Amino acid sequence: MSTRLATGGRLIDRNKPLGFSFNGKRMTGYAGDTLASALLANGQMLVGRSFKYHRPRGIVARGAEEPNALANFGESAAFEPNQRMTTTPLTEGAVIASQNHWPSLEFDIGAINARMARFLPAGFYYKTFNWPRGFWKHIYEPFIRRSAGLGKAPKERDEDRYEHLYAFCDVLVIGGGIAGLVAAKAAGDSGQRVILIEQTGSWGGRAAVDGGQIDGIEVMQWIKETLQELEKNKNITIRPNTMGAGIYDHGYTLAYEQTHDLNAPRHRLWRIRAAKIITATGAIERPLSFANNDLPGVMLASAVRDYLADCGVSAGDRTVIVTNNDDAYRTAVALKEGGLEVPAILDARPDPLGQLVEKARDLGIRVEAGRGVASVTGKGRVQGVDVCLHAGEGAVLETIPCEAVAMSGGWSPVVHLWSHCRGKLIWDEEQAHFRPDPSRPPINHDGQGFVITAGSASGALQTNDVLADAHRAASGAGTPPVSDAISEGPIMPVWVMPQGAGIEKRAKMFLDYQNDVKVSDVQLAAQEGYESVEHAKRYTTLGMATDQGKLSNINGLAVLSDALHQPIPDTGTTTFRPPYTPISMASIAGDARGELFQPLRRTPLHDWHEDNGAHWEPVGQWRRPYAFVRTGESVDQAVAREVTATRTSLGLLDASTLGKIIVKGPDAGKFLDMMYTNMMSNLAVGKCRYGLMCSENGFLIDDGVVARMSEDTWLCHTTTGGADHIHGHMEEWLQTEWWDWKVYTANVTEQWAQIGIVGPNARKVLEKIGGIDVSAETLPFMTWAEGKLGGIPVRAFRISFSGELSYEIAVAANQGRALWDMLHAAGDEHGATSYGTEALHIMRAEKGFIMIGDETDGTVIPQDLGLDWAISKKKDDYLGKRAQARSHMTDRNRWKLVGLETLDGSVLPDGAYAVADGENANGQRKTQGRVTSTYQSPTLGRGIAMGLVSNGPDRMGDVLNFPDTDGKPHEARIVSPVFYDPDGEKQNV
Amino acid sequence: MLLITCPNCGVAAEETELHAGGEAHITRFGPEASENDFEDYLFRRENPRGVHFERWRHANGCGKWFHAARCTATLEVFGTYSAQTTEPPREILETIRAKRPAWTWRDLK
Repeated sequence: MSTRLATGGRLIDRNKPLGFSFNGKRMTGYAGDTLASALLANGQMLVGRSFKYHRPRGIVARGAEEPNALANFGESAAFEPNQRMTTTPLTEGAVIASQNHWPSLEFDIGAINARMARFLPAGFYYKTFNWPRGFWKHIYEPFIRRSAGLGKAPKERDEDRYEHLYAFCDVLVIGGGIAGLVAAKAAGDSGQRVILIEQTGSWGGRAAVDGGQIDGIEVMQWIKETLQELEKNKNITIRPNTMGAGIYDHGYTLAYEQTHDLNAPRHRLWRIRAAKIITATGAIERPLSFANNDLPGVMLASAVRDYLADCGVSAGDRTVIVTNNDDAYRTAVALKEGGLEVPAILDARPDPLGQLVEKARDLGIRVEAGRGVASVTGKGRVQGVDVCLHAGEGAVLETIPCEAVAMSGGWSPVVHLWSHCRGKLIWDEEQAHFRPDPSRPPINHDGQGFVITAGSASGALQTNDVLADAHRAASGAGTPPVSDAISEGPIMPVWVMPQGAGIEKRAKMFLDYQNDVKVSDVQLAAQEGYESVEHAKRYTTLGMATDQGKLSNINGLAVLSDALHQPIPDTGTTTFRPPYTPISMASIAGDARGELFQPLRRTPLHDWHEDNGAHWEPVGQWRRPYAFVRTGESVDQAVAREVTATRTSLGLLDASTLGKIIVKGPDAGKFLDMMYTNMMSNLAVGKCRYGLMCSENGFLIDDGVVARMSEDTWLCHTTTGGADHIHGHMEEWLQTEWWDWKVYTANVTEQWAQIGIVGPNARKVLEKIGGIDVSAETLPFMTWAEGKLGGIPVRAFRISFSGELSYEIAVAANQGRALWDMLHAAGDEHGATSYGTEALHIMRAEKGFIMIGDETDGTVIPQDLGLDWAISKKKDDYLGKRAQARSHMTDRNRWKLVGLETLDGSVLPDGAYAVADGENANGQRKTQGRVTSTYQSPTLGRGIAMGLVSNGPDRMGDVLNFPDTDGKPHEARIVSPVFYDPDGEKQNV
Repeated sequence: MLLITCPNCGVAAEETELHAGGEAHITRFGPEASENDFEDYLFRRENPRGVHFERWRHANGCGKWFHAARCTATLEVFGTYSAQTTEPPREILETIRAKRPAWTWRDLK
């Protein structure tokens, strides 16, 4: 069993014990422990169940590459699933729960899957669940969802804070091992602005564990001194606990900081723009593929000595080392020197010779050359190792009892960040790994490479090579630091152990621990024709788990290459995508939650609305009152009341959100003639005209009233949602097509408050306030004038979107509330009623006025809407004119605007389609029209609707069927879209 | 995230500040155009794996449109220039030719 030793552990503080619980069981660790080291210290080797077969799993690694040890961490609002135990620091009172088991970790029903393994091969899901068809939804999926899945989803709202930080630098160094330190120092010494980030809380990387000397100083001391020098340099920013998550185009980098500080935001997302990025991301040790290599107690050799050196934790009293390289001997030496037993080193190489091998032998450790593991034995945890010839088929030579197995299959550089932006890799035959190809780096905007690797990330595995490579990466001055590291013998690639293992063994050799992908699965995928590494990955799910195959990828594609009888570089790697390790969703959201999710635009009258029962409706970033609901009233009742009050007496509307764009200049008239389908250049000063805007495709994009302010100035009203993009649309044509035209545009939407005074008593209330002459003679329909109203300077537009006598009064935004209050006071005798957007919509529909976004959807031309009268016949050109002449646009069977009246007076379902006879090529019922607007009209006391119907205007009186989504028929007759006051007698008084 | 320098205000702008506007140097065809000319104008665009001339607007910046010569494969930017022109400037063409001798784009090479 694993345990805490009486001494040792450079990172833990034995004076600071921390209590925590695992699956409800009380345990104790120390400050400086990770969850993983604390669990190992408490003898807890079993930490979870595997995803597919529910096999018992233990901790394999020390860091971000850990595939098994995921936990539900924390409680209530601070609950987070899928926390990697190897990278999560232990905190006082931590509540940890293992995942993916039912009913308990020790007794798990899903483990039956392991015995069914033979029937759950690669592609099992694809092969099985396709048939019979109905079974997926009702049987397979619910079952899979219950038995699969990793952590639980949190239920409560996250109460922590998260933030984004922006940073800029000349050189970003990712990784705080000795390579990162050397590179940061060299870059900083040359006067560049440097940011140095390290994903863990400690510096020095592997060198801090493996010891030795650099420049004649003990390595721990060297790390400390170098860090102090970096801290002194004002050009260098240093952030521990910050992981380089992804490198994006042109030097943009995301870094993920976990503060572990209750007084700071929990996570920070750093958005860094760097001119040059040095990835000193180190290397990851590979597992070896031998039977039962997933039993708890089988660990990476480097992890075994890390837990010993960092945390004073032993994985077991007796550890057998299995290796194909010299580095694992360091683990043997460290264990032996730590007073633990190493019964044997099983070295697959026939003739290991390096200095480390000699050192192990000198310590009296039994070194068995040419040997491998036939199988790990034990139930639920390691109890022994069956030894075999690596070159053979796995005949057991002897069984060595032990509690732990430390394996090493060699080291792979962490090339993820290099590869995110298309940095290329080459296969290093000698070291048996992919490493970055410095001649094919990620390309910056200037065509130069912008990522450089340093140290082990370059494939430099010997300390002196690491130091020299990092110094070179940062273009350091002088000579690089030198270590006293001893040289290592060559590695022998081992992808399957023993090399001649039969299917029985290969079906128990796990490549991807988290997704339960075995050597036999990859071989089967190859046999079934999944030759591309990307296909084989998806078919087997190799490398698709939350660890993204950090341990499994190279081994897996080596097995695939072997099965395909091709060299490894011909197989290639799958694509490396950010983030390097999972980052929290909350960090991506940052501060953009709740009220800060997006800016809220408020009209000058917003507060009044808020105080008067506004039922809000989001319109773009604006909030507009949908209706003003009074006590005891439903929203629908409020809408009906507002419509009736406006139609019979006086309604007031906050129309401030309408877009207002000034177009000015000697060529402004010519320009507006191009922008609008109708003629605007001949509009007289003081007059208003309703205009339509189309895209060059001919489709209607916006509408609104244009008023001519002066000889060279027009004011264009747009829809609420259109203000910004119509302004942009105008600018686009002015800047990129007619740049020689003398026209200036300005979006003044927010400079003005605009109030609609609507209804038979509209004129009376304005005359009562007094000032500007609003009589029918002086200010007839579709004119405007400037003047004062109650002493406030205003523009009065005599326009109507309701069919009533109506004025829109524009005032400077800061006077809006004063005028609004004045209007309410003066209109009180007429029962002045504020109305919202729904009453506005109903009244315009009663009049058959179209609404952009209801009657239009980007495929509708003005001619479809019976708006031919607003299309100038005199003009040679306007945007959309040519497109509207295309054959499809002039087809007489286009869907055109009509009114729709249900036979029984009910309200048609919104968006419903009118069915036609027959079926289309896809076997669907043919359609001949659809509902675009539908309301209960309080004025008419029945449902009214507008719709687009094939050749509709020529089919007046026809009855169509609009089935609802439940198939219920709704019959409606085609009528004129103008339901109310067809002759315009009400507005023109 | 692309970094493209706006020639109007001189800011090296992040992609999120910019609005992409498709291919540059399209000639507008109006009401008198033939069906083929109009279809080409409206719909036919180059889609090169290589250097392309693009329109961009510095939307969350100075608001101005500009053109960029950019490789769609490597994302290298060969230069940005005024939108008030009907063809790429000579010096940008020379830069592209020097780095990509076999390059062609519509009738440019």
